[in-house]
Amino acid sequence: MTMTEQPDVIEVLAEAKPSPGEKYYPPFEVTPELTEKAKEYIAMYPEGKELSAVLPLIHLVQEKHGFICPQSVLWIAETCRSTPIHVQGIVSFYPGIRTRCPGKWHIRVCHTIACALSGGEELLTYICEKIGVDPKTMTDAEPMAVSEDGLWSIEAVECLANCGFGPNIMINDTLYSQMDRAKVDALVAEYSKKA
Amino acid sequence: MSSEQPILPKDAAAAEGKVNVQINGKWHRFPKGTRIADACNSVGVHVPCFCYHPKLSVAGSCRMCLVEQGMPPRLAPGATPTYNDDGYQTIQWMPRAIVACANTVAENMGIRTDGTVCREARRAVLEFLLTNHPLDCPICDQAGECKLQEYTADYGQPSHRFTEAKIKKGKNISIGPRVNLDQERCVLCRRCVRFMKEIVGEETLGVVGRGGHNAIACYPGKTLDSNYSMNVVDICPVGAMTSKDFRFKMRVWFLKSTPTIDVNCGTGTNINIWTREQQVYRITPRQNDEVNSCWMPDDHRLNYKYINAPERLLTPLIRTDAEAEQQPAAWEPLLRAVAEQLRLCKSSELAIIASARLTNEELYLTKHLADLLGIKALDIVPRMGESDGMLISADRNPNTTGAKLILGRDGSSLPDIVRGVKIGRIRSLIVLGEDVTAEAGISAEQLGELDYLLVVAHSESPTVRAADVVLPGVTFAEKYGTMINVTGRIQRLNRAIEPLGEARADWDILRALLQECGEATLKAVRATSSMDILEEMSEQFEALSGVTWANIGNCGRPVLETGVTIPLIEREKPRKS
Repeated sequence: MTMTEQPDVIEVLAEAKPSPGEKYYPPFEVTPELTEKAKEYIAMYPEGKELSAVLPLIHLVQEKHGFICPQSVLWIAETCRSTPIHVQGIVSFYPGIRTRCPGKWHIRVCHTIACALSGGEELLTYICEKIGVDPKTMTDAEPMAVSEDGLWSIEAVECLANCGFGPNIMINDTLYSQMDRAKVDALVAEYSKKA
Repeated sequence: MSSEQPILPKDAAAAEGKVNVQINGKWHRFPKGTRIADACNSVGVHVPCFCYHPKLSVAGSCRMCLVEQGMPPRLAPGATPTYNDDGYQTIQWMPRAIVACANTVAENMGIRTDGTVCREARRAVLEFLLTNHPLDCPICDQAGECKLQEYTADYGQPSHRFTEAKIKKGKNISIGPRVNLDQERCVLCRRCVRFMKEIVGEETLGVVGRGGHNAIACYPGKTLDSNYSMNVVDICPVGAMTSKDFRFKMRVWFLKSTPTIDVNCGTGTNINIWTREQQVYRITPRQNDEVNSCWMPDDHRLNYKYINAPERLLTPLIRTDAEAEQQPAAWEPLLRAVAEQLRLCKSSELAIIASARLTNEELYLTKHLADLLGIKALDIVPRMGESDGMLISADRNPNTTGAKLILGRDGSSLPDIVRGVKIGRIRSLIVLGEDVTAEAGISAEQLGELDYLLVVAHSESPTVRAADVVLPGVTFAEKYGTMINVTGRIQRLNRAIEPLGEARADWDILRALLQECGEATLKAVRATSSMDILEEMSEQFEALSGVTWANIGNCGRPVLETGVTIPLIEREKPRKS
């Protein structure tokens, strides 16, 4: 009996997900600096508990390289005496950990109830339009959309912990509150200049 | 208080290192530290479990084993506990259910599985598990032995409240050379993940994603290719992990399972053979904590195809002229002719190459055949390899220990016999259950030089083709008998299917030969089953004294001290204590 072969999840995972944002981040490589920093993190935990450093190392890599690429998964696994599948499990668990490179400016739009009610939902479509991405490309499997020039990326996120002042958005690590279309226009113009 | 105060149950239990637990209204005593799930199951109160497996670490993730639990109320400062007429404290029931796998019993604990709390908890867990389940039972290989099916029938609800679209996940994923994965059927018990990590020691499998998108996966580029990978199919409570070999071959409810042992190495892994009519469909490991725990290697599991292969010999064959083709013959006249021929042979020119794949009973008859014909040149073909550090023994013969005990041979004089054949000192050869052109190293030409070659075998081989007479024997699946494994444990082979064609059990062939050759004193000659032969053997061998077919049981019994151990079992022992 033969059955139609479904797409293999293993292959899907392995598939490289190219992003125009990659030109703004250095590609992942194991440098002496990185190794040194990893050792520092691991030393923070008791001996034999290298596994605990997986999450800090993921953050370290994401901060510098924008996302967690398959090569970095292998490096983290080796450094923490873990296995690639274990690291992959952690990476795929947290929505804050990306497996695709964001744009130079990564916009997070809160879509939790308070922000959504105060206009966050409409704002999401407006920002998409503004930075030139199709909101339809934001799916469960790939929640982030990156603009073609690689300058911008956008993602709907859960609560940014500023519910009294919605709608909230975050550009890279800076929070902006009580947003409206005019403020978005101004911010986009400002950040475009920074580039 | 008088000293005649009766001893309270708690003190009586504590004296034995036990605790009193009330299960569904009845009081029982269990050793301290017993898991609630094990305690309930041991007294016939069934607790359904997906993730809990006694050989693996406890995950407590499936929530299927939720039970209602209660303890005596906490006392106010200074208050003394009061006991009822039976000597127990009243139980204060907790409003929420607890998992029975990750919690242990305690003194005066109460467990209820028949109340609303427990019933509702089980129903709700099943409802959640089934929200995204594809319900493809009609084409699922696990159907009929699926825990999800079983528990849904027992504790589930008849209707489905979930009307939203189900989450799609990977189906029919080839996760390894022998195992397929269906992520939609998975209940995420992680038994497979824990098995690979804890028993095999290779962390190949993991859980990726979150919430409803959670799924079992291998890391890209890695596959589940361990020689123990198919055990995940056995421990998978649902149809998520399926065996490529068995997929879509047969509905399990048509299969009959026969408990027997694996004959691929000296460990003698306990197995079940699953058959329908005269066909073997699969082999699965059977739990025996002294031999193979719950596991078996893949290559042994899949080595059953030869049982129903076209190479099987179905009729006795005889070659009447040196150059002629072998011709089918009838059993009785052929056996008479063979006996006549053997009596004509000079015993110094006659040798027997037997096999450590034969059962003890067959080896016993072999020894008597050799004695009757005055044959000194008798040995087995040794098969030494390397142990895999798990279950596969270095000795690839299943019954070397038996051969040493019964024949007093361990294969060391085989080179002598082989040399005898090569230089023509040995003119006639009896080969029992071996292809001597393989490990023994006698070429087909050298066999052709012999005056007379009698072969008892179950399948075609160069040795069979060179034979003057071929008597068709059977495979391990078609006969009863006993074997002694490398640790000195005697175990039973049970017949799963009838001998194919006109083939006869090897012990019966040897018995008939002995009879035709004129053996009269041996009781075994009149044996109607291998059990009769075992009975006679138990009187003659000190190691086997008191051993009967019945008291060997399905788990075997130790009869010899060999000093050999099974690595996987040795590793499991400290964990048990």
